[in-house]
Amino acid sequence: MNTKKLSEIWAKYRPVLIMIVFIIVAECLSRKFLTVNNIMNVLNQTSMNAILALALTTVILTGGIDISVGSTLAFSGAAAAWLLRAGHSTVLAVIVALVIGVAIGTLNGIFISRWNLQPMIVTLATMSIFRGTTYLLTTGSPISVSNPAFKMIGGGKLFGTIQVPIIILLVLAVIMHYVLNNTPFGRHIYSIGGNEEAAYLSGVNTKNVKAAAYAISGLLASVVGIIMTSRLSSAQPLAGQSYEMDAIAAAVIGGTSLRGGQGKVVFSIVGALIIGMLNNILTLLDVSTYYQTVIKGIVILIAVMIDAKSN
Amino acid sequence: MRAKKVLGIVLAGTLTLSAMSMSAMADEAPRIALLMASMTTEFFVQIEAEARAYAEEVGVDLEVYTCDNDSAKELANMETILSDAPDIILYTPNDSDAATVCVEKANEAGVPVITFDRGSNGGEVVSHIASDNELGGEMAGEYIREIFPDGAKVAELQGILATNVAQLRGAGFNKIIDETDNLELVAQQSANFDKSEGMTVFENMLQAHDEIEAVFAANDEMALGAMEACKAAGRDDIKIVGFDASPDAVVAVEAGDMAATIAQLPVKIIDTTIDTAIAYLNGEEVEKEIGVELQLVTQESLAAETEAE
Repeated sequence: MNTKKLSEIWAKYRPVLIMIVFIIVAECLSRKFLTVNNIMNVLNQTSMNAILALALTTVILTGGIDISVGSTLAFSGAAAAWLLRAGHSTVLAVIVALVIGVAIGTLNGIFISRWNLQPMIVTLATMSIFRGTTYLLTTGSPISVSNPAFKMIGGGKLFGTIQVPIIILLVLAVIMHYVLNNTPFGRHIYSIGGNEEAAYLSGVNTKNVKAAAYAISGLLASVVGIIMTSRLSSAQPLAGQSYEMDAIAAAVIGGTSLRGGQGKVVFSIVGALIIGMLNNILTLLDVSTYYQTVIKGIVILIAVMIDAKSN
Repeated sequence: MRAKKVLGIVLAGTLTLSAMSMSAMADEAPRIALLMASMTTEFFVQIEAEARAYAEEVGVDLEVYTCDNDSAKELANMETILSDAPDIILYTPNDSDAATVCVEKANEAGVPVITFDRGSNGGEVVSHIASDNELGGEMAGEYIREIFPDGAKVAELQGILATNVAQLRGAGFNKIIDETDNLELVAQQSANFDKSEGMTVFENMLQAHDEIEAVFAANDEMALGAMEACKAAGRDDIKIVGFDASPDAVVAVEAGDMAATIAQLPVKIIDTTIDTAIAYLNGEEVEKEIGVELQLVTQESLAAETEAE
């Protein structure tokens, strides 16, 4: 009876339990790990990958994928920096960046849903297109930003301890959790990922729902672009390159199935936290870069194996 | 008498020949291909601009190819270049090991290669022209030693470990740290020449070692990332030394946010490279390795420069 209950809890909260074990091990290895400062540091560093994990989870739930998020964030961030350098206001820069994110996402969504093209290929193409436009816009060099209001987005603190990106992540996580679990749109996303044909036959407008999922992904990527540009006080031409991989890894470690229909955005954030904590503890322990790369790969592999076995 | 005549004929012959080759030169400017890893850093943007300007100035035909930091694409570019058969290739590879294949391809096709900035770990090159990166690393170490005569705990942000630029800069810096008893290296990690990674890695280093007093970053992007990390942590006491003297870093040095940066002289590097290429095509002997000087940039040196102007 008790073991049954335990295995139920394990099945339901697996990513969270893995994270708790991870935290305990990390704290044993370095007493500098569980300090308020360091936890805030990890949360802040992880917030960008976690928001991208929200984006990826949304499209992966439909059975798709979006590998253009790195380029989307770079281009929208560069656009914001470009506007700020030209003397425009923070509000305008942020709005334009978000609009660019939604536009790129919608473009992905339209190609994927209307033309029935493979999500991997469409987003591979837009990844290249918008990396290129980022090079063009930045002319290959970073665009510096000195606007103090804009810098608050990535560098500001609430009550003196909680960095703004953490707040942004929390707000977005609550919204996405609500949308996916408590609205018809959310149920449609899960049903498309479960069985698109069945969803279509039961009256779901599968094309619109899928396109909307990619638009959301683009929007969230542009939020990350704004945060990163603000945090670094500059837009980098190579910003976000290969970030989609860490975001996919976060979603998978959080138990999201790449086949679609299964997963929870909250757990994807937990997945992102596990990756962030791993990077952090390895640096705290002064593990050399060579080993860090190997260890990261092994941890992802173990997480996926646990997931496959439990299913 | 007769000997003089023969000599005269030979002399006249040589003159005619050299005149012919000179007129051939004038008719057809040397065709030079420039193959670069990326144009996404200020350094390479400057190199590319100067290469075009200098090529026009000295009258050579220049074609520029880039590969977005992708070694596979670089190889494809090399094949494209070879099918066009230029007189010489100027090449700065994405990765020194992967470059071997590219250089060997050019060797097979019989087109001479001069590498600059990053070198190739294999194949035959006419010459390699680069800033003396090891010396630059030493200059950074010596500067930190100079501002901390009583010693300090220092950290190092390494570049992309597979590149010999990262290796040489690190080697030079570590040489000074090793021979200076009161400088202690407490943290050392790669941030892949990237600003965002530089910030994250240095934030983590500060969590582990809040006693860090100085940091050397193998390029300015990482140094600027470390600077943002210091600002966020309220640690403006930490002395940051970068490398490359990118415009943003120079601004930071001027404002006192960074202690110093080591200036490579990209204009000098590419000019030397093109000069060497022309000399080689004219049949002159060229050095196998040519080191280009570097410059320490500090708040004082910048002030002195503005004064001089």
